[in-house]
Amino acid sequence: MNDASRVAYLPSGLPIPVPEPDGLSAPYWAGLQQNRLLVQRCAQCGSWQFGPEWLCHGCHSFEVQWTAVEPRGRIFSWERVWSPSHKALRDHGPYLAVLVELPDAGNVRMVGNLLGDPLQAVTIGAFVEGEFEHHPESRPPYSLLHWRPTAA
Amino acid sequence: MARAPSERTLRGRVAVIGIGETEYYRHGASPDPEFKLALKAILAACNDAGLDPREIDGFSSYSDDRSEASRLAAALGTHRLRTATMQWGGGGGGCCAAVANAAASIVAGLADCVVVFRSLAQGQYGRFGQTDGITTISGERAYLMPYGVLAPPQRFAMRVQRYMHEHGVKQEAMQAIALASYHHAQSNPRAVMFGKPLDAAKYDSSRWITEPFHLYDCCMENDGAAALILVPEERAGEFRNKPAYLLGAAVGAGYRSGAIPHNSPRYASASFEALAPALYSMAKVGPSDVGVVQSYENFTGGVVMALAEHGFFKPEEANEYLTLDNLIAPAGRLPLNTSGGNLAECYMHGFELVIEAVRQIRGQSVNQAIRSDVALVIGGPMVTPASNLLLGSGATL
Repeated sequence: MNDASRVAYLPSGLPIPVPEPDGLSAPYWAGLQQNRLLVQRCAQCGSWQFGPEWLCHGCHSFEVQWTAVEPRGRIFSWERVWSPSHKALRDHGPYLAVLVELPDAGNVRMVGNLLGDPLQAVTIGAFVEGEFEHHPESRPPYSLLHWRPTAA
Repeated sequence: MARAPSERTLRGRVAVIGIGETEYYRHGASPDPEFKLALKAILAACNDAGLDPREIDGFSSYSDDRSEASRLAAALGTHRLRTATMQWGGGGGGCCAAVANAAASIVAGLADCVVVFRSLAQGQYGRFGQTDGITTISGERAYLMPYGVLAPPQRFAMRVQRYMHEHGVKQEAMQAIALASYHHAQSNPRAVMFGKPLDAAKYDSSRWITEPFHLYDCCMENDGAAALILVPEERAGEFRNKPAYLLGAAVGAGYRSGAIPHNSPRYASASFEALAPALYSMAKVGPSDVGVVQSYENFTGGVVMALAEHGFFKPEEANEYLTLDNLIAPAGRLPLNTSGGNLAECYMHGFELVIEAVRQIRGQSVNQAIRSDVALVIGGPMVTPASNLLLGSGATL
């Protein structure tokens, strides 16, 4: 069986992301399941924003459109987590989370895990590429977006 | 007669005339439930002031405190309830805002005697740091939790890491803040860490929670309650203690600081860049007038940011300024967290810091600062809305 927990960066059992009851972020989560990174862009003034909102923070237009962007960016900050705060992580050991800035999308930022050795040296400003991680057997199914160091 | 806009101020209009605390416990160790802790702290504050608790006509708290105002008023048999205010936002960002809201109620004529309080019993209601038992998640935390960014240390470490990167702040600056809190707790019998000293070697060898936070960079979690009583300035002399006057307060955060997840434009900030100038302006003092500071430590890195944003040093000067000698009472350059604070006295969501500032104004701290006529309290950093306040003795009015 192609078990998601075997290939996933973190063990299964962590909270599963789902859209809010009002559906605001539903296109984002659906996009990840199709290997697409969608970020809101205002049709009127061109501003990017993430996380999503019902209107553009720049010009107050409600015409904010989900726009596909290349999942590539630069590490804006990072942390190495040693102390587990969830039972799914209890015997897992350290892992890396990064905050990635996306120059192709108005420098919005998103959090993911940095793939590879959890003890690797991490450099703020380093270039990274996105890598989708799918959990089709989860109920409900979901996908995440991780990051891998790359040459510029 | 209508006041000019320049007169719209809290400066000198209200005074703290009573303070009270329960015993402080390790998390889950309180023998009393949370509501009973709140009652005990409020009665202790009334006793401190020499005030009949039935005269309380308002309640103010923050962080979704579960001890609800109408139930408190009924339980205490207060003659009437005239204001009941809850500051939005979780955590300790509202610990000064709750005082500001109560003061505003008094200055506006809505109420005359308002208690500000916080009560916490994590044994009864569960801890903040653990996230077991959540199956699905939406909203801000959906962008974080599946990646293992779950508990507060993980939610704040990247902000501090970025700040250290931008300004060259070293681990030793954060270490000094932890050492100062533990140093002060060793002369405070109320402190949960009383009798448990910390030195640099113990800090350095302590385990990482989340880099760049060692164990001792992170606040405790505790049970207890704390309360203070505010009255209009003209009544301040009717009570048995030296009044501590509110010189000013500020609440909020800068442009889009609530942009989730981690999309605040001023990410490497404690949220006080906008608040500190407003506070000093209302209080008509500056950083050099401040004799003693209580600054909320969710994490030591947030204190570095908060002190810099309040003008005590430039971020690039943090490594030189933040030394143990500079941060301890009685005569350090800027005595900090003189009761032991969230790290070593008690994590009462920062309300223990407000109580300690009142003690400093009165001259009753176990770690009394030499300069204590103007005392600053900085609420939870790196959150929105944040808040801060300044207290002063009668001599400062």
